[in-house]
Amino acid sequence: MLLRHTTAKEIDRKALTINPAKTCQPIGAMYAALGLHGCLPHSHGSQGCCSYHRSALTRHFKEPVMASTSSFSEGSSVFGGSSNLVSAIETIFSVYEPDVIAVHTTCLSETIGDDLTQIISKANEDGKVPAGKKVIYCNTPSYVGTHVTGYANQVSAFVKFFSTATPKKRNVVNLVAGWMEPSDMREIKRIANEMEARTIMFPDMSGVLDTPLTGHYDMYPKGGTTQADMIATGDSKFSIGIGPYTTEDACIKLENKCKVKFETVEIPIGLKATDRFIMSLSRHANLPVPDSLTEERGRLIDLIADNNKNFYDKRVALYGDPDTLIPLVEFLLTLDMKPVYIVTGTPGKHFDDAMTAMLKEKVPEAKFKSGERADMFQLHQWIKQEGVDMLIGNSYGKYIARDENIPFVRLGFPVMDRPGNNFFPCVGYTGATNLLIKILDAFLDHKDRTCPEEKVELVM
Amino acid sequence: MAEYLQGRENQIVTKGIDSHELVGGKPSVAGSVSQRACVFCGSRVVLYPIADALHLVHGPIGCASYTWDIRGALSSGPELHRSSFSTDLREKNIVFGGQDKLYQALHELIDKHHPKAAFVYSTCIVGVIGDDVQSVCRRVQKEKNIPVIAVMAEGFQGSKKDGYKIACDALFSLVGTDESLEVSPLSINILGDFNLAGELWMLEEYYKKMGIQILAPITGDGRVKKIQNAHRAALNVVQCSGSMIHLAKQMKEKYGIPFIKVSYFGIEDMSDALYEVAKFFKDDSVMDRARDLVKNQLTTLIPALEPYKRALQGKKAAIYVGGAFKAISLVKALRLIGMKTVIAGTQTGNTEDYRLLKTICDDGCIMVDDSNPVELSEFVKQTGADLFIGGVKERPIAYKLGIGFCDHNHERKLALAGYDGMLNFAKEVYETVTSPVWQFVSQNKE
Repeated sequence: MLLRHTTAKEIDRKALTINPAKTCQPIGAMYAALGLHGCLPHSHGSQGCCSYHRSALTRHFKEPVMASTSSFSEGSSVFGGSSNLVSAIETIFSVYEPDVIAVHTTCLSETIGDDLTQIISKANEDGKVPAGKKVIYCNTPSYVGTHVTGYANQVSAFVKFFSTATPKKRNVVNLVAGWMEPSDMREIKRIANEMEARTIMFPDMSGVLDTPLTGHYDMYPKGGTTQADMIATGDSKFSIGIGPYTTEDACIKLENKCKVKFETVEIPIGLKATDRFIMSLSRHANLPVPDSLTEERGRLIDLIADNNKNFYDKRVALYGDPDTLIPLVEFLLTLDMKPVYIVTGTPGKHFDDAMTAMLKEKVPEAKFKSGERADMFQLHQWIKQEGVDMLIGNSYGKYIARDENIPFVRLGFPVMDRPGNNFFPCVGYTGATNLLIKILDAFLDHKDRTCPEEKVELVM
Repeated sequence: MAEYLQGRENQIVTKGIDSHELVGGKPSVAGSVSQRACVFCGSRVVLYPIADALHLVHGPIGCASYTWDIRGALSSGPELHRSSFSTDLREKNIVFGGQDKLYQALHELIDKHHPKAAFVYSTCIVGVIGDDVQSVCRRVQKEKNIPVIAVMAEGFQGSKKDGYKIACDALFSLVGTDESLEVSPLSINILGDFNLAGELWMLEEYYKKMGIQILAPITGDGRVKKIQNAHRAALNVVQCSGSMIHLAKQMKEKYGIPFIKVSYFGIEDMSDALYEVAKFFKDDSVMDRARDLVKNQLTTLIPALEPYKRALQGKKAAIYVGGAFKAISLVKALRLIGMKTVIAGTQTGNTEDYRLLKTICDDGCIMVDDSNPVELSEFVKQTGADLFIGGVKERPIAYKLGIGFCDHNHERKLALAGYDGMLNFAKEVYETVTSPVWQFVSQNKE
């Protein structure tokens, strides 16, 4: 037993986090920054931060992840990191030649009080930023919020530094992408294309973190939201924030700056959330839902109907990020499953409210927790108290799944021990179909392996 | 290459062409896409395999998240080291200090897990916010009656290598605090093997066959009590000397234990590691057993390697690894399977290491210190390498370039040390270099 120390009896903890269901802000900012074409994320702190974030993203995406670091030293911690950042800007533009440097802070540079606004405007004044190039920044103190917050802050920085309103509004809907896989972003763009909607997606990691193997190494792959598009978001007539935790702040900033109205929707995981997203896009792009999407929806419902006996009453434990968990819990309820335990290390009232609203009547026994000490250890203790039929979440669930012998579906960030996140979206009706099949496969494979011999059945 | 990072001219040398010396140990240029990590990372990876100790990371959550079970250091018993423990410092702790939270977290943990010792890692901001980690550790040590060791590993203090030294100091504070284990006169400590993919267990087999006792493995499959007794071994056998030489020197000074530097990669180095130990004990029967062992191993290994060598003859390899000693072993091991090293780089080598590396490399080999993806991919293109040996961040770059890759770092899945490891290595290199997938990219290559 890998987690042999976990007991059903809940231990009293006030200070200690065990096996976190979250990580720190800067990695979210780094991920989001990769969704702007020609952008190099820059970590203003010790070089370990940059190295860890790049490794973690690489392990998940199985793709090269580029980012530079201010390489803080003892001196920087005493005198501030200003000179490191200025020389970093010079080095980056002369050697790596990005169009944009997206600086984010770390716990160290925040604590010693580096003022990015001042440092970067000085660098601009001193001519350290070549013509046509740009240095943008956001604050991502690791001791506030989580990786989800860092992602949100980077997306807001895109709005702050690029979005511009001209007198001419365009019939375009902004799709502000929350923390999803590149494959999910691709799928959402496909849905928008099916509807013939004119949209700008930002950030957009498709074509950046799922690039083809060509025999060449491109530091800046073809994908990513272009600067021109990012600037034009200020002229769009509406924004849909996909995932409130990661996009609402950017939407508000865009409304304040450029008068672009917005609504936020959950990431379209599952039937209902996809319905809402498509209806939102249909309404705001003023376009009908094409038959092709209605048929996709029908195929999904057909699949659910074919298999509903396999879903009914199954107890599921989940963990991960709120923008993923909220629609996922909803989808499990659509399938007649029972999400009984849900934890996210990311704090926030929206999650608690959404869980209460969805679960109070349908699964009154459900337990959920967000924020400090809402960790995998907590989740495991609950599972020890009363077992579950399935576990859904990132790779860190594999210890629990093995110790407790429960079917395990990998979803979220990071998934380090399986490939495929780049290929099979979980959003939209197609994504829901993928997810549903993953869930079914996990159940049925487990059943085939563990049931008594005489009960092994060839036919479903 | 069009342009080196300014000030990096001395960190790149082509053997046989450049006359200047390759300089190591320099801090990274600000703004570089360095493949290096930090002080905390160095300490954490060295101490992490001690499986019956607590490893508590004092800081915001990230540092604990990213080092959660990343190394694949196997344990034959406890698995406590594979969980992630953090004080998860929040904004209020940054303002008012995190000392109380640390004290409380230590109590909660020790009460629950009853570990044999606790390591408390301080991260970047701990020093800046003024937490006195050492005094908290002293206090808890007294209250709980186990060693509680402050690992002062603030990330910004240098590179990974500086972290190794801090980890050695932490280990040294444990050494000599217990005398209860039985110790054979023919006993050694293994320093600098981390039991990735069970490599330590292979070494244990070899030494056992020679009649040698491994008193303390440091730190692969490590146990607190064994480390506490380590001062009673006759000899320290040091691999990965970048990380562990400091401890070996300290133990020599204080306890008079001599040390030898070895490597377990490749036939030559592995055999030397056994012979050197046998020589040290000046016992003919030990040497005879070592010779027998090597002979037995080679009788099966050499013919087994032959087909791989034939297939790989003349292929070119690029190496970019953590330390210089691993690079040296790899150059030799690659030569054994017919391959030529055309790029040899490390994250943390020093000038002296590089002098040695240079003597082993062929003319035309590009040697590089603290490189970055742009340089590395440029060098691969220049040299036409068929294989890249590196770690997690280099893997996808190699694949994008359409060449094979072998992980010689945390993510290796097969043991690469020892004789079996040499065969595994040959197989892994063969599998990746000759993979049919590359034929589908070659037409796109320049």
